[in-house]
Amino acid sequence: MPARPIAENLFVGQGDAARLIAGRRKTDGEIVFPLPSGPERELFDQVELPPEGTLWAFTVQRFRPKPPYAGPGDNSDFEPYAVGYVELPGSIVVETRIEAQAPFALALKQPMRLTTQVFRTDSDGSEVLTYAFRPLA
Amino acid sequence: MTEVHIIGAGIHQFGRHPGKTGLDQGVEAIRAALADAGLDWDKMQFCFGGSHAAGMADAVLPRLGLTGLQAINVANGCATGGSAVLSAYWAIKSGEFELGVAFGFDKHPRGAFNADPEELGLPRWYGETGLMLTTQFFGLKIQRYMATHGISAETLGLIGEKAYLNGSLTPHSWRKEPIDRETIMSAEMVADPLTKYMFCSPAEGAAALVLASDATMRTLGARGPRVRAAAVKTRLKGSLEVFSPSISARQPRSPTTLASEAAFEMAAAGPAEMDLAQLQDTECGAEVMHMAECGFCADGEQEALVAEGATRIGGRLPINTDGGCLACGEPIGASGLRQIYENAQQLRGRCGPRQVENARLALSQVYGAPGLSAVAILERS
Repeated sequence: MPARPIAENLFVGQGDAARLIAGRRKTDGEIVFPLPSGPERELFDQVELPPEGTLWAFTVQRFRPKPPYAGPGDNSDFEPYAVGYVELPGSIVVETRIEAQAPFALALKQPMRLTTQVFRTDSDGSEVLTYAFRPLA
Repeated sequence: MTEVHIIGAGIHQFGRHPGKTGLDQGVEAIRAALADAGLDWDKMQFCFGGSHAAGMADAVLPRLGLTGLQAINVANGCATGGSAVLSAYWAIKSGEFELGVAFGFDKHPRGAFNADPEELGLPRWYGETGLMLTTQFFGLKIQRYMATHGISAETLGLIGEKAYLNGSLTPHSWRKEPIDRETIMSAEMVADPLTKYMFCSPAEGAAALVLASDATMRTLGARGPRVRAAAVKTRLKGSLEVFSPSISARQPRSPTTLASEAAFEMAAAGPAEMDLAQLQDTECGAEVMHMAECGFCADGEQEALVAEGATRIGGRLPINTDGGCLACGEPIGASGLRQIYENAQQLRGRCGPRQVENARLALSQVYGAPGLSAVAILERS
């Protein structure tokens, strides 16, 4: 089964080739993430965001969230994950999961790079991908 | 324009109350406020009430009396209680009404709030991938704030210690046991750097206020603190708020800063003149940040202020004298009203062991999803 993104118009590509999809407002050039959908969509041109930035804030999610969280497993096998905001060139800061070996050793202004990760595997065996940032070594 | 006074204040204890609905608690709080004012329900010309998760506020009417009064259900996220008070304040200040009630009640299930992304205009993936949690937002905001402005984990521990100590002195609080700062700091981590004891919990409770014009107050022979200001403000573009998939690197002023500035302008008084404050303390770091956002200090000065005890009862600016959300829990519809109830009781000298001496001006500030803040200022009269 091929891997599929968790949502349409969220990112293109996989791994180091992944790019987040944003909207550039036609009237004033403002960049918004995620790309708006529905009737609002017409007001924006689709653009890809730069894949590298710096860490703006972070925390660690220590308990398994309630729904609408739709991650794998249950409370017994839940693994804490880091989340944060990453500042990208051009003044937008995006919220993201962080893929890190040592989530407790992160630091503000640390260089980060976009990637994708398998978020869960569906019952038909297909892998569902989401985006994440990882520290640049 | 006419002046507005709080002539009655009632509360139903916060916490967990098995066998009692949120509505039951709301009705009790309104009856307590009416008894405090020495008035019957049928004298009320209006009510503004709210509940986030415990049904329609209007459902109090059959219990209290179907008198035909103007009743409005208020729903404004975490500022629902503050918005009910603001609505009552303007109803009287405009001259349209003389006497009415603002109230709120709630009853939430245990554990962190879970939100529906689509209800807030956000895409499903945002909730599904585990980014949409209030606990995360508070962890993220205080993590950056501490790193940027030199706030230590010790300060978070001290704020928690103060909250549980004040809660132990408060009849309407939920948490009655003091907890020391070491226990708070070494407890299980929830969203770094915040531990279990640094967060408030969703809870149950209710609060109600009877408000009157100054002329009506005198006619009734009643007394009570004057509402000097009430303001609600929402977020600016790019602001870091609960549930923000993207924000601006350069942060605009926060809803709390906007609301407190508006309130200070209405009151023609500044932060230095406040004698006590009830600030939104969803977690210990929120109290730290809201001190600066309300103008009580510059960013980073909280470290010294908290260490020297300035925000304890007996300090220069006592904050969260009833233990705040940390010791009372957070029933969303009632939380902002609890703060104003506490300020009204303080200004009337009814707080016993937690009484702030000679207080004249008291501020309250409630903040929450989806990025809004309500501020009120009361004056002893």
